[in-house]
Amino acid sequence: MTADEARNVIIQAMREVAPEVDLGSVPPEADLREELDIDSMDFLNFIVGLHEKTGIDVPEEDYEHFATLQGAIDYVVRRSGAAA
Amino acid sequence: MADFVMPSLGADMEEGTVIRWLVKPGDEVRRGQIVAEVETEKADMEIEIFQDGVIDELIANEGDTVPVGGLLARVQAAGEARAVPEQEPPAEAPTAAEEATPEEAPQPADEGEPAAAKAETPGDGATPTEREPAPKPAVEATPAPPAKPQEAAERRRVTPSARKLAAELGVDPDTVRGTGVDGAVRRADIEQAATRGPAVAAPTEGRARVSPYARKKASELGVDLGQVTGSGPGGAITADDVQRAAAVPGAKAKPGPAPADKPAEPQEPPAEPETDRAAARTAARQRVIANLMERSKREIPHYYLGHTVDLSRAMQWLQEENQQRPVPERLLYSVLLMKAVAAAVPSVPEVNGNYEDGAFQPWTTVNLGVAVSLRDGGLVTPAVQDAGNKSLEELMRDLRDLVQRARTGKLRAAEMSNATITVTNLGDQGVESVQGVIYPPQVAIVGFGKVIERPWAEQGMVGVRPTITATLAADHRVSNGHRGGLFLAAIDRLLQEPTKL
Repeated sequence: MTADEARNVIIQAMREVAPEVDLGSVPPEADLREELDIDSMDFLNFIVGLHEKTGIDVPEEDYEHFATLQGAIDYVVRRSGAAA
Repeated sequence: MADFVMPSLGADMEEGTVIRWLVKPGDEVRRGQIVAEVETEKADMEIEIFQDGVIDELIANEGDTVPVGGLLARVQAAGEARAVPEQEPPAEAPTAAEEATPEEAPQPADEGEPAAAKAETPGDGATPTEREPAPKPAVEATPAPPAKPQEAAERRRVTPSARKLAAELGVDPDTVRGTGVDGAVRRADIEQAATRGPAVAAPTEGRARVSPYARKKASELGVDLGQVTGSGPGGAITADDVQRAAAVPGAKAKPGPAPADKPAEPQEPPAEPETDRAAARTAARQRVIANLMERSKREIPHYYLGHTVDLSRAMQWLQEENQQRPVPERLLYSVLLMKAVAAAVPSVPEVNGNYEDGAFQPWTTVNLGVAVSLRDGGLVTPAVQDAGNKSLEELMRDLRDLVQRARTGKLRAAEMSNATITVTNLGDQGVESVQGVIYPPQVAIVGFGKVIERPWAEQGMVGVRPTITATLAADHRVSNGHRGGLFLAAIDRLLQEPTKL
């Protein structure tokens, strides 16, 4: 999966959780939880959505990679096994 | 043939707009079935029908604004024809079992011993199972079938204190469905009616949603959100939309990507910009909450306790458990906290119930109110029914469902009406300790802060452990600090044995 593909799938998964959020306008290094005002339940639902779309099972110890959009993109690219 | 009319869905409601019909002529409907979505000044809400029958005719069209009591539809009643209008507001949704989503069905009645009792030794020898509420609350774990409207109307009684409170809060008690004995309207019902607005305030169709980031950007750029056309899902306004609107020369009060069919009336501002409407709704809801909290602080002699809990065992167990679970079935630690609270109630039953008319009414069932923040800043506290008798999986399912519906305007009045104790968890916001304000007529609220690693000494050894501060705000008319301390200690003890939760 390329970085663009990862970004798109992350945005899709997040929109399902919080339809009004706009990841496209969030700086890549901004704190996602703070910018998007999401809580633990939103985050878990996002991880579930991501899993459904990509098959990637994000273990809890890897949640920290999703602190920023860029971190999430990097993680999904890496876990999908393709070069960015 | 019976009339199905616009119900009163709470304080100050004079009219409602039919957003969407969920049934059509010829459809068979059952009592308790959600048949339409209605928008009021303060809330979007689903409305139920209170009889079995067949929809004969939809009188109101989608988009029509109908006064309370106004005709919405005609229903061919099952069996004998009824002429009594359906005027009962859906104060509870006990027949939700008839709906499509099984999760939304109220849990079956179970007055039996709470599962949690196994871990507790009642401090005063009086377990909830030995007690019965003096006036048995009508909305116990068994959601009593809603009284037939005409029956309820005949026997509706309003307690003196409820009537007084109704006057204070501007609620017409005659439009409130009573949950007391024989349908009596109690203070709790009035409060519920007054707070129902925020419960369902999340915007839905017809009203653009705005992300916090987009709202912030609009504020920075001076863009009127009411003039922005949303391009997000369901017309949600995104930051990009705001940016586009701001980029249009001299058009900060105009739509960004202007739809072709919109008339060009540049100098004609809308009668009521979206931002103003949203602000008014937010202010109205906050006023209702403020009134309730003011009354709480005025009438309830709060006392506050704090207790730091070592969460290492619970978190370790949860981590191992979640590793074995498919992603969709993972548990949040907050569910363990909820379960621990519900399970601790039997040891100190005086934290669970209502204080009304000068007396405490303990409940045997734990309907756990859960504070849920809405994206627009609102706050609702729907209740997980009979939490003490639910497994962690069931609590997780219920919590997920409640949060999702709270944020999409799909809560039912029943879920807002019968909490017996509330839990609020502000850990996600980085809060370390919560000093809660009790929701009248409840008598206790438990707060949890953030899970924080702290140095922890045990048996002469110091280590770093995940900890959480549990707090209790309780009503001194009902319990005292000693008993409150036992309650928090019971929560702690339960969290040390997560496998038993």
